Amino acid sequence: MRFDLDDDLAHARRHVRTFAQERIAPIAAQLDAEARYPRETLRAMGEMGLMGVATPERYGGSGMDVLAYVTFLEEIAAADASHATLMAVTNGLPQKMLLDHGSEAQREAYLPPLASGRQFGAFCLSEPQAGSDAAALRTRAVRDGSGYRLRGVKAWVTAGGEADLYLVLAVTDPDAGARGISAFLIPADADGLSFGAPERKLGQHAAVTTTVRLDDVFVPDADRIGREGEGFVAAMTSLDGGRIGIAAQSVGIARAAYHHALAYADERIAFGRRIREFQGVSFPLAEMATRIDAARLLVQRAAWAMDRGYRVTKEASMAKLHASETAGFVTDAALQVLGGAGYTRDHPIERYLRDARVTRIYEGTSEIQRVVVARQIVRELERGELT
Amino acid sequence: MIDFSLGPTQKEMQGLARRFARDRIAPVAAQHDRDASYPTDVIDEAARLGLLNLRVPEAQGGLGLGVLDEAIVGEELAFGCMGIYTVLMASDLGVTPLVLHGSENQRDRFLTPLVGGGARLAAFALSEPDAGSDPAAIRTRARREEGGWRLNGRKMWISNGALADFTVVFATSDPERGAAASVALVVPADADGLSWREVHGKLGQRAAPTFEMILDDVHVPEDHLLGEVGDGIRIALSTLDQTRVPVAAGSVGVARRALHEASRYATERKAFGKPIAQHQAIAFKLADMEIRLQTARWQTWHAAWLADAGEPCGHHAAIAKAYASDAAFESASEAVNVLGGYGYVDAYPVAKLLRDVKLNQIYEGTNEIQRLVIARRVIREAEA
Repeated sequence: MRFDLDDDLAHARRHVRTFAQERIAPIAAQLDAEARYPRETLRAMGEMGLMGVATPERYGGSGMDVLAYVTFLEEIAAADASHATLMAVTNGLPQKMLLDHGSEAQREAYLPPLASGRQFGAFCLSEPQAGSDAAALRTRAVRDGSGYRLRGVKAWVTAGGEADLYLVLAVTDPDAGARGISAFLIPADADGLSFGAPERKLGQHAAVTTTVRLDDVFVPDADRIGREGEGFVAAMTSLDGGRIGIAAQSVGIARAAYHHALAYADERIAFGRRIREFQGVSFPLAEMATRIDAARLLVQRAAWAMDRGYRVTKEASMAKLHASETAGFVTDAALQVLGGAGYTRDHPIERYLRDARVTRIYEGTSEIQRVVVARQIVRELERGELT
Repeated sequence: MIDFSLGPTQKEMQGLARRFARDRIAPVAAQHDRDASYPTDVIDEAARLGLLNLRVPEAQGGLGLGVLDEAIVGEELAFGCMGIYTVLMASDLGVTPLVLHGSENQRDRFLTPLVGGGARLAAFALSEPDAGSDPAAIRTRARREEGGWRLNGRKMWISNGALADFTVVFATSDPERGAAASVALVVPADADGLSWREVHGKLGQRAAPTFEMILDDVHVPEDHLLGEVGDGIRIALSTLDQTRVPVAAGSVGVARRALHEASRYATERKAFGKPIAQHQAIAFKLADMEIRLQTARWQTWHAAWLADAGEPCGHHAAIAKAYASDAAFESASEAVNVLGGYGYVDAYPVAKLLRDVKLNQIYEGTNEIQRLVIARRVIREAEA
């Protein structure tokens, strides 16, 4: 058992950290204030190989593993959570679904532009009335000659209106529940595809979120990923990786908040001493450090297991649950260390707090992660596989 | 004897404040939050209805209400918007030092103009850029001069500030002697050398303007001094002992709003074939929110009752302030999760609850300072 990163990855991490701190961190507050999609820095991330980290080199990716991916994602998130979300979205389902379930022709056509960051991918699953409960999806895909007509509204689409390619889940057989849902790739300029105004969110303003409207959008058979009816199950399996990504992002945000609070507590004087010398401050800092370490280890364990081909449903949900709750705790406790100063935009902590809040919601709320973990542990109990 | 019932006047005030919050505050809260704009019309009407400067004594033409009355009203107003309530609450924070420590003459001069005609505000200036939780470290200097005092320094985080008719400023007449040389001086808005800088970019409570106060050779006459030289910190702390109760009450209002929004959504939104309120993961959250709400309200009202009875209330006010604001933050955060994605966008009011109530854990003494106050007494009792 080893807990250190190998030299190549440690070196790459330093490289990504330098980029994130020099190029992204200085503009994060401005992007937040303007709710601006950060096209230039995303392109630079693509050139660094960060937009297809685990996609094989033959499809234009960096050919690294999930451990590398979460390591880089933490670094980006420590500079700006919105960049990390955008990185996670395009690295995630669009590429993962193509790799796991796409045909060779689809992979060759779609992966290189995505993995190199020349194009940006988005994922459309949730609907206004259906989030955690996918069986309630209403977007329909109806057979039309050599393809389908898609009609419906998707909600909470990150990079909606900005992305070049949309992975959309739609119902092909309304009587088959989760097994009646198929996955389709739709280019941004498809007829009938339109986007709502950006949502006004609590945080992660630069990771623009919109609704996506499908008005009889035609999708040829060639752009359906996998077999008809397999889209939902395939997406759910691929979501495991997505959850590890959100967990890594949570660790990054928490780390940034913790470092800021620690530096402040080292400088700020009250009652004649640096406030870090008071246990009222040093204990919360110790708690932050402990929880962040535990969260990162859960992330690395899940990534490690995924790299070895294990099923990581439980491990991914545990990592996401713990890391996102940690980010909530840490950003709040860090803000409290700064007091009134932390409540203003003179310091980045209030942004970290706003940005972190959604990690307990997207890619399955914390409540849904508990559902997943509970289901898995009951299964282990029934099989006599408790660890 | 213990009696948990409200009197007829209190019920009337509660009903008035509840209707005002529902009809006048809640509908405009999101807009003032988004624009960070001062709610002129709301404050004007609150003044007309007698919901502003509740603590101005009857002798000065006010309602002379107590801390419990203020807590009852405060919960209702904060249900509508914590930021807008802060404008009203912070004015009573400026009024309270005069109620507790002003001479009859000082009260007549400064408090009488606050009531009976339009919205007139007061403010309270204790914190400085480099001294918040540690008031003995204040650097703002008050020097004696012909006919009064000359003030120099900077004060931070002043709610109402530039909009107030006067600000009670805490300063030191001798930095070497700390609290023993502290003074409380009433600084009128039109004093020469007084200027304000608005604090921008607050996380929440954006309807309540916050200022930095710059005192540059500000002269105030001798009779603007509250109490004696050396009383400043004591006046500040005894004020805060009482005014932390309204902060707690505002937190209770936010906690109640969080439960209100979460329970309404949870009974409508369906997942896995039934309203999400029927799933225990959500139902238990609602139950916990209700437990916190009830507990926080009774802590708050108990502290208020002690203050009104003339009993020492600092310990219980600290408990109420820390507990209620922590409870409200937790409930607001849980409400966000009950609403999921909708909780994260400003089309619904719950994300704002979270941003707003974070400040309740900070102002009028951070919750860490409340714990310090509470722990001191626990330790003192154990040692005695």
